[in-house]
Amino acid sequence: MSKINNQTQSNSGLQLSSGGTHEKWRLIKDAIARYGVIAGGLGIIFAIALIFFYLLYVVYPLFISASAEPVAQYTVPESNLGKTVLLEIEEQNEVGTRFTDNGKVVFFSVATGKTILVESVKLPADTQIVSFSQGSPISEGAVIYGLSDGKAVVVKHQYKVTYPNNVKLITPSLSYPMGENPLVVDDTGAALEKIAVKIGDKSSTILAKTSSNAPGGSKIRLSHFEKEQSLFADEATLTRTDSVINFDAQSVKNILIDKDEQNVYLITDEGNLALFNIIDKSTPILIKEQMLVSKGASVTSSAFLNGDLSIMVGDSSGVVTQWSKVRDQNNQFTLEKIRAFKVSDSAVLGINPEQRRKGFLTVDANNTMGIYHSTSERQMIKESLGSGVPTASALSPRANAVLVESADGKLNSWTVDNKHPEVSIQSLWEEVWYESYPKPDYIWQSSSANSDFEPKYSLTPLVFGTLKAAFYAMLVAMPLALMGAIYTAYFMTPKMRQYVKPTIELMGALPTVILGFLAGLWLAPIIEEHLAGLFTLFIFVPISVILFAYLWQFFPKSILQNIPEGWESAILIPVIIVSAWISFSVSVPLEGYLFGGTLRDWFKNELGIGYDQRNALVVGIAMGFAVIPTIYSIAEDAIFSVPKHLTVGSLALGATTWQTMTKVVLLTASPGIFSGVMIGLGRAVGETMIVLMATGNTPVMDISIFQGLRTLAANIAVEMPESAVDSTHYRVLFLAALVLFTFTFVFNTLAEIIRQRLREKYSSL
Amino acid sequence: MIKVWFKSGAPWIWLNAAAVSICMLMVIGILGLVTARGVGHFWPSQVKQFTYQEEGKPEKVIIGEQVDSSVTPAIMAKSTGHKMADNEDVLIQYLIKSGNRDVSGTDFLWIEKRNVKSESEPDDLIVVERREWGNFYGRVLEIKESGKTIAAGSEAWSILQTKIEETLAIFKEIAHLEKKEIGAINYNLERLRLKQRKLELENRLDDNAKEELALEKSAYDVDYKQYQAQLADLYLKIRRDVLVAETENGTQVKIPLAKVVRVFQPNSMSVIDKISHYGSKVFEFLTEDPREANTEGGIFPAIFGTVMMVLMMSVIVTPFGVIAAVYLREYAKQGFITRLIRIAVNNLAGVPSVVYGVFGLGFFVYILGGNIDRIFFPESAPAPVYGTPGLLWASITLALLTLPVVIVSTEEGLARIPSSIREGSLALGATKLETLWLTVLPMASPAMMTGLILAVARAAGEVAPLMLVGVVKLAPTLPLDGNFPFLHLDRKFMHLGFHIYDVGFQSPNVEAARPLVYATALLLVLVIVGLNLAAIVIRNNLREKYRALEG
Repeated sequence: MSKINNQTQSNSGLQLSSGGTHEKWRLIKDAIARYGVIAGGLGIIFAIALIFFYLLYVVYPLFISASAEPVAQYTVPESNLGKTVLLEIEEQNEVGTRFTDNGKVVFFSVATGKTILVESVKLPADTQIVSFSQGSPISEGAVIYGLSDGKAVVVKHQYKVTYPNNVKLITPSLSYPMGENPLVVDDTGAALEKIAVKIGDKSSTILAKTSSNAPGGSKIRLSHFEKEQSLFADEATLTRTDSVINFDAQSVKNILIDKDEQNVYLITDEGNLALFNIIDKSTPILIKEQMLVSKGASVTSSAFLNGDLSIMVGDSSGVVTQWSKVRDQNNQFTLEKIRAFKVSDSAVLGINPEQRRKGFLTVDANNTMGIYHSTSERQMIKESLGSGVPTASALSPRANAVLVESADGKLNSWTVDNKHPEVSIQSLWEEVWYESYPKPDYIWQSSSANSDFEPKYSLTPLVFGTLKAAFYAMLVAMPLALMGAIYTAYFMTPKMRQYVKPTIELMGALPTVILGFLAGLWLAPIIEEHLAGLFTLFIFVPISVILFAYLWQFFPKSILQNIPEGWESAILIPVIIVSAWISFSVSVPLEGYLFGGTLRDWFKNELGIGYDQRNALVVGIAMGFAVIPTIYSIAEDAIFSVPKHLTVGSLALGATTWQTMTKVVLLTASPGIFSGVMIGLGRAVGETMIVLMATGNTPVMDISIFQGLRTLAANIAVEMPESAVDSTHYRVLFLAALVLFTFTFVFNTLAEIIRQRLREKYSSL
Repeated sequence: MIKVWFKSGAPWIWLNAAAVSICMLMVIGILGLVTARGVGHFWPSQVKQFTYQEEGKPEKVIIGEQVDSSVTPAIMAKSTGHKMADNEDVLIQYLIKSGNRDVSGTDFLWIEKRNVKSESEPDDLIVVERREWGNFYGRVLEIKESGKTIAAGSEAWSILQTKIEETLAIFKEIAHLEKKEIGAINYNLERLRLKQRKLELENRLDDNAKEELALEKSAYDVDYKQYQAQLADLYLKIRRDVLVAETENGTQVKIPLAKVVRVFQPNSMSVIDKISHYGSKVFEFLTEDPREANTEGGIFPAIFGTVMMVLMMSVIVTPFGVIAAVYLREYAKQGFITRLIRIAVNNLAGVPSVVYGVFGLGFFVYILGGNIDRIFFPESAPAPVYGTPGLLWASITLALLTLPVVIVSTEEGLARIPSSIREGSLALGATKLETLWLTVLPMASPAMMTGLILAVARAAGEVAPLMLVGVVKLAPTLPLDGNFPFLHLDRKFMHLGFHIYDVGFQSPNVEAARPLVYATALLLVLVIVGLNLAAIVIRNNLREKYRALEG
């Protein structure tokens, strides 16, 4: 090639010296073509690089850490109106809200700290506020004030967004979802020292700890209100059910009630937690008591994680632990410590959960704040707050802004960029203890209907499924393809080879959707019915082939002479058909005789192995079928192109053909065979439609050949169309694609290099 | 003796031979299975009438086609809850397609042979293919026109035939009006709306423009009203006639002829009738739209979508593939770079197709398409035009997927051309481009053709990437129609391979859909095997030619 290039150049030199305009134009065209073609050729490299880098570009944000920027600092607005009991930010991060301990609500601008509106909660005269808490779930915006006369007031803060003159205007306001009249919680009128509420459309529940000064001492009272809409009047009537929770109320520090109004958590100063079941509101049942902190420490803050399925407990030693209600071996509910975060060396003062994810914000006595994510166990942000011990903190609904009030009367506003906290190397590949699960596990469960669902992005079951499917496929394909290649390349008559090779290669061109369809709707029911037949087939066919081969020698000479060597596979076709037919027809009686019913039931009852109709066995056979041509074609080429003088030499030295085959040909061709297997494996790993159709697509980690599986590729095909662009789910699916890409890239490159080496070796022989 | 025989290695050779035989049997078996199932579907099978009595239940009549049967040994039947007498060895069951889903709720049922009291094939049983509720099996009672009986009993059958022909003609007219004419008006109205929005966005919507738009709109409105009137007339006509028929258990069912596709009496059909019925069914399959959630009718949109997509892809992939191959063979210095490119090409061929789908969705659809929408189609926001999966992106994605096939094949063709030809041309004073253009490429054109054919075959069978970049289960409009600009690259389309997946696995009535899936699979297999055989033949001819040249 280079010789030609040189010639062209010298030619061009000649023509240039003699050139007219036509000549010049010819040369210009030539040059244009040259650069065009070179650009096109390099474009190929560009294309493959583009695919790789684009996948990387989408995946990359998963692994960058989050950042927080301080944007403003100002003095606490209207600080004369009382101490802050709760800070809030609304959805747009424009209006902040400060609830004070004397019933004032201050709405202020998050950017500047300027007061927008001050509202007073309507309280009856002669009562004081003794307790306050946020309703559950916090995204509803309800808060409750416990009063000194055993009553409580529920208030909701809300924000209306309007666009007068195309400018966004947010108007904050207060409302009273349970009516403006205070609700009676304690009939004796004892002060409500601690309080918790869950507000619902139809029913609401309030829990309160009453003062020890009242007769009978301190109690935990439960009041449940059913709202009944009267048919004619707008006014709704409330029906109250109440009960007393049987617990030593004196030391209760915090009360938490979940959004389903089914579980109540009482946390004492010493760090003892009592979990009550309040499904029946008139008789709360104690489920479990549990010590939350180690000796010497005390609970300093606690809050539900989004979804109210687990509680985060911060203690005086700076550790935040996550506790979740799970079932133990005896199917009884218990509390388990799922994980712990070492947040600081000093006490954790506040925990604010994110409202849409399983993350949370902490502030501690060391004057630092941190944002963590529970599932991925990642510390996303750790920032120093400067001087002043934090006294209150707020995390915005979209978890992209933070407000922290410190003891020196300052408010700090931060913006947070924390898009994909759910993913870490650990949550992708290792066992993760999810909320409400009895133990850590590998689970892929990407989406659900509600927003407080904990996404489970473990790629391990998918990779496991991929390798399982590929393994069974290779188990089917490798022997058939390699043995077929050996025979076709070395023993078959050229005349037959001419037809056999293209036919088997045609298998590779069959659309996999057809193979998958046949596997799922035709093969799977057959295998289910004739399971024993299939296993018989694997044994009986080779045996009958060998038996036939042995008997073949004793056939009359007249027949043997008419069929020369190299036609064995044609002769064997009827043998195989008959033996396969026999194995299938004995299947059912055999199962009945040996296993007293069906083999499936036997496996299930005797060995405890369940049977899915669409399982790894079906996939193995169908995908094996798809992989055979790939391996066969490459291996056959490698064997066929072994130089003839090697084999002839071996035969001349007295080796049999089979000895020559195994000792000379296979050894020489082994790199080519190996590369064929690699490419076949690459194809099995990336195959989508067959696994999609021939398995149940359940992402289970079960080695059993009778169980279904889900592969990376099938998972992408199933979930990609539904995932929101740039969401964590979307990027994790891209990561799956990148894993597939890298995997096949490595295998194919390896195979290609081996093949090129082999080609050089042959040409030197 | 046996030991010696084993030592000679002969059993291993035989086993290897068996592997080849098994592979061959598998290929032929699959092709045979698909062919047998696919071809059989359109043949009108006999409709049987069973008198059936289950133990302890009254006798009843079942009418339907026998589509499948199963033989279960007694021991298995017992384990699945069937009562078996001691002297029964096997339980024989038939799967009957009894249709009449509107009356009975299901259209398939399993019956046991031992409970069948008698079985016959009466000539007067009819099969009605309907547009809703699947097939109807039963007997004709009478024909009603505007509520009045015009024919009953034996003469009803012949009148029914003519009536149905009339109704079908009207139906065709209605379909033409609704899809073509009114479809065009709707398309144009939408175009006007976008035009108005565009002017608004550019602040050019003055009174003049408004008037113009209103004028155009009113013209369409007039047309629309006229078509509506025509339609109302036609609907009145088509709804006039009703077939009253009776089911197996004597229930009378009124079937409006407007909902009937065809009526036939399979049991009284001669072989020639059946052949013509078969032909018309195949024709319907290839040229009509699907009905009943894709489980009945034709697959024309899927064929059309596949062909369009493959054509678009060919237009894109051929130039790029050929240029890359020419670069590798004719221009590049053989060395590290070309080796790298070859490895890259090989890798492209080995990348799982679903990864191409992911790339296509992310890069082409969301990034390229999203930006095209922002720049060129701001008026249609928030509805995406190119920022959503569609024909264009599917074609480009598949072009990328099949690029290695074209490159490898073209390169092989170029390599086979003897260098004497190039040298001769250069020696006569031609530039390199002229040499390529006038001698080398024409000689290599069959190789390019082979590559293209293989690429087309691959693209026609790919499904996984298409699921992400543009295929849908039911596309309301074809990507090519009579409305300007005629070729709608942004539209979603249907595809044979996806149709197989969707109907076979996502359909609510898999049992009813299965034969159609086999027929679709057969069509796809025929296309792909045909293309591959063509490629093989071209390649073999090419080799012969060069051998002659070199010789």
